[in-house]
Order: sequence, then structure tokens, then C-alpha cells
Amino acid sequence: MAMGWAIHFKQESRNPFFLWILICTPLIYATIAYFLFRGGTDEQTLAGAAIGSALMGIWSLTTTASAAALAHRRRVGLLELLVAAPVPFWAVLAPITIAISAVGIYSIATSLLYTRLLFGVALPIENWPAFVAAVPASILAIGMLGFLLGAAFVRFRAAWAVGNLFEFPVWTICGLLIPIAVLPAWIEPVSWVFAPTWGMNAMRDAALGESTAWDDIAVCLGLTVAYCVAGAVLLRFFLRSALRRGTLALT
Amino acid sequence: MRSLRIFAIGGWLSYRALFGWLNPYLFVIILLVPSVTQILFFAYLGRAAGVEDDTFYVVGNAVVAAAVPGLFGMADTITDERYTHTLSLLVVSPASRVALFLGRAAPVAVNGAIVAGFAFVVGSLLLDVSVPASSFPGLAVTILVTAFACTGLGLVNASLGLRWRESALLSNMLLYFLLLAAGVNVPLDLLPGWLSTIAQGLPVTHGVEAARELVAGASLADVAPLLGAELLVGTIYATVGLFFVRVFEFQGRRGASLELA
Repeated sequence: MAMGWAIHFKQESRNPFFLWILICTPLIYATIAYFLFRGGTDEQTLAGAAIGSALMGIWSLTTTASAAALAHRRRVGLLELLVAAPVPFWAVLAPITIAISAVGIYSIATSLLYTRLLFGVALPIENWPAFVAAVPASILAIGMLGFLLGAAFVRFRAAWAVGNLFEFPVWTICGLLIPIAVLPAWIEPVSWVFAPTWGMNAMRDAALGESTAWDDIAVCLGLTVAYCVAGAVLLRFFLRSALRRGTLALT
Repeated sequence: MRSLRIFAIGGWLSYRALFGWLNPYLFVIILLVPSVTQILFFAYLGRAAGVEDDTFYVVGNAVVAAAVPGLFGMADTITDERYTHTLSLLVVSPASRVALFLGRAAPVAVNGAIVAGFAFVVGSLLLDVSVPASSFPGLAVTILVTAFACTGLGLVNASLGLRWRESALLSNMLLYFLLLAAGVNVPLDLLPGWLSTIAQGLPVTHGVEAARELVAGASLADVAPLLGAELLVGTIYATVGLFFVRVFEFQGRRGASLELA
């Protein structure tokens, strides 16, 4: 899995389209937030927007690229070989999705640098140990959520398109750029099952020192395990279904 | 007659091919659902920022929804040909390029108008935005004109696809720029002067402004200058796009780089 992660990290880092998503999503959305929020709110809001727009880039890439990774393997005839290999397929898929979200580190760097250099909004990191722990915990949790989605994508040929469906809804309900308090009350419990919510809380709390980030980091790790188990079960179910029908390459 | 056949039948077949040999549910999940979720995202962002009301974001994002088919659909007419190894065959065919590409552009523009109309209706219903019935005809015209202008930009995008393999990247870049600078989500007076000046040359900018005025009670005659500007912008982009198709096609043939670009 470690080798798979390293190979995919390098590979995804060289994909111009993925790099575009990672770099330009935070640039555009941080800019929109800057222009919208500059009237009357403090720098903390803009610093939070910098973190949120970085996570938006990571989430966009995870949903799009996890789906695309499977679609690509299906198209070139690799999916059946990977499923038939002695290595369990979850151990093949999980490093791909985690590597994809790990490439999101570029998104974080871009967003923080951009808001600092162009808009003069520095991110005052109050708790460095918590921030350093929050970044990989968030990335890991988002990557495993990508794994869970990827497990479902195995079954559907149009997975690449389904990935796009989750982009705006998760951006909205996880409070990445919009405070959850602005949303309808019923959305908040829904947001709890999505890793980006806790990743955002963890990174924002560690950076701005509004409250402790360690509980959010713990939730990220808990969700990582939950997504892993749920994804493995789902994957087993969908693979059995595809193998029984002989539709792995066709679905 | 041959050009008319290429325009109509060729354009229709190309449009069908955009959806993976026409799975209707792809149309819903690629175009319709995201157009609505985008409206909700920006409407709530607008509430959080306290800059404008829901109407501003519903109208802006519904109109810009016409750009998604315009940009991506037109780019795909080139990249899909390359993917299926038919681009070289297309380029050596004697078909009129104007008929060929305008034929591909027409259904894409209609498609954009349908998506924008859908986003407008569903977004208004979900966010309880009141739109006077008297503005419906004007809004329909505005959406059609904006969809045409976006498809004009899409033609430029498609032509660049003859030279650049990463046309999906370019489509995203253009779409993001429209979201930022065309007055869709950020009022033009909040943008720096140079950016709001650039916005005057973008498709969507004048269409969005016209749609907002119509929703506020203006008549079609009142917004005619804005629609004229949008139409002019679209025509310029379409002309430039067709010109670049010829230029890049010639370069691709000379350099034998059509399949490699």
C-alpha cells in the first residue's frame, strides 16, 4: 500500500488537469470570498476562507479523480486484472484515493500563499502541533471518503460523472466557505458524516485558536476507520455483483 | 444543400455523441443537478457575506449555467474526435467548416438555454425567489442570447483544442473566470476596475445584468441594449473561434500534430 501510495502520488502530481483543480479552485474561490467578505468582516473570516478554499480543492480532486481513476482503469482493460490479482482490491484502491487527496497539499500551500501574498491576509497559526496533525488527518479522512465513493463507482460506468455531483453539495454542507449556522438546521447533523467538516474544523481551530483542534482530529481519524470498513464492505458487495454478472468491464 | 445537411444532421449526431451515445441520465447528473447545487452554494455564500439577496445569486448562476454546455460541449466536439481517432478524418473531409462547427454549436447553444432555464425555475422555487410572470418572455430571450454568446466562447475554446490536448482544463479555467468576473457572484462594483473592464468583453456579463433588470420589472425594450451587447460579444467570439479553427487546422495538418496536440 505504501508503494502504491508513493507511485500514485507522483503520478497524480504530474497530471496537469488535477494540478489545475488543486491550484485554481482555491485561487478562484478565495478571491470570490475575499471580494464578498471584505466589506465589514475581520481577517479571521478571510483566513478561514483560505483554509476552506484549500479543502474545496482537495475535495473536488478527490471526487473527480477517484471516479476518473476507476474509469481510466476500466477503459484500458486494467480493472479486471486488478480485481483478479491476489492482492485484495481494497488494498489497490485505497492508496489511489489517499494519494489523490494527499496531492491536495498543493492546494493548501497555494491557498495560504495566495491569500498572504495577494490579499495580505496571513494565517496566524496558534497551535502548530495541532495544525501539523490536522493537515494529514484531514487529508487521510478525505482520501478514505474517496475510497468509499470509489467502491460505489466500481459498479457504474458513469462514475466519472457521478463524482462531479458531490462537489457543490459537500462544499455547502461542510461549511468550507459558508458558516454552517447560515444553512438550514437539518443540514448540520448531515455534515457530521463528511470528513471535510471535521478537517475544516480541525485546521481552522488549530490555526485560529478558537477552540481545541484535537477532538476534531480524533473525529477525522475515527471517520477514516469508518470509511475504510464501509468502503471495504461496499467494494466486496459490488465486486461480487459485477463478477456474477460478468459486467466489470461493461457496467 | 450539402452544407445544410452537415449543419443539421452532423450537428445533431455530434450533440448526441457528447453524452456517451446518449444516456439521458447523464444529462441530468452532469448538467441539471450541478446547476442547481451551484445556485444553492452561492446563495448561501451570499447570505453569509451579506452582500446581495438570493435573487442576485439565482439569476446570476442560472444564466451562467448556459456556459457549461457551451464551453465543455464545444471543446468535446474536438477532443472526442481525437479520442475516437476520427479527428484526422474530419479534417481531411471536404465539408464546409462553417457548416460543420456551427452545426455542432447550434444544439449546444439550445442545450445551454435549456439548462439555464431549468436552473432558473428550480433555483427560484427552492429559494422562494419571486419572478414576475411578465418577465418570462424577456428572460427566455435573454437566456437564449446568453447561451449563444457562451457557445461563441466555446467555439474559441474548441479551436484551441486543436492545438492543446488539455481542453477540459481550459474549459474549467474559462468557467471559473466567468464565475468570478462576469458579475455572476461578485457585483461588478466590488471588483477592481481593471477586472470589471475585462468583464465587459465576457459573455454572460451583459446577459446577467439584463436578466436581473427583467426580474426587477424592466421590459424587454429596456434591456435591448444589454442584449445587443451580449449578442455582439457572442458574435465576435464565434467569428474568432471559426477563424482559429481554420488556422489551427492548417497548422495541425502541416505539423502532423492533430492526434498529438
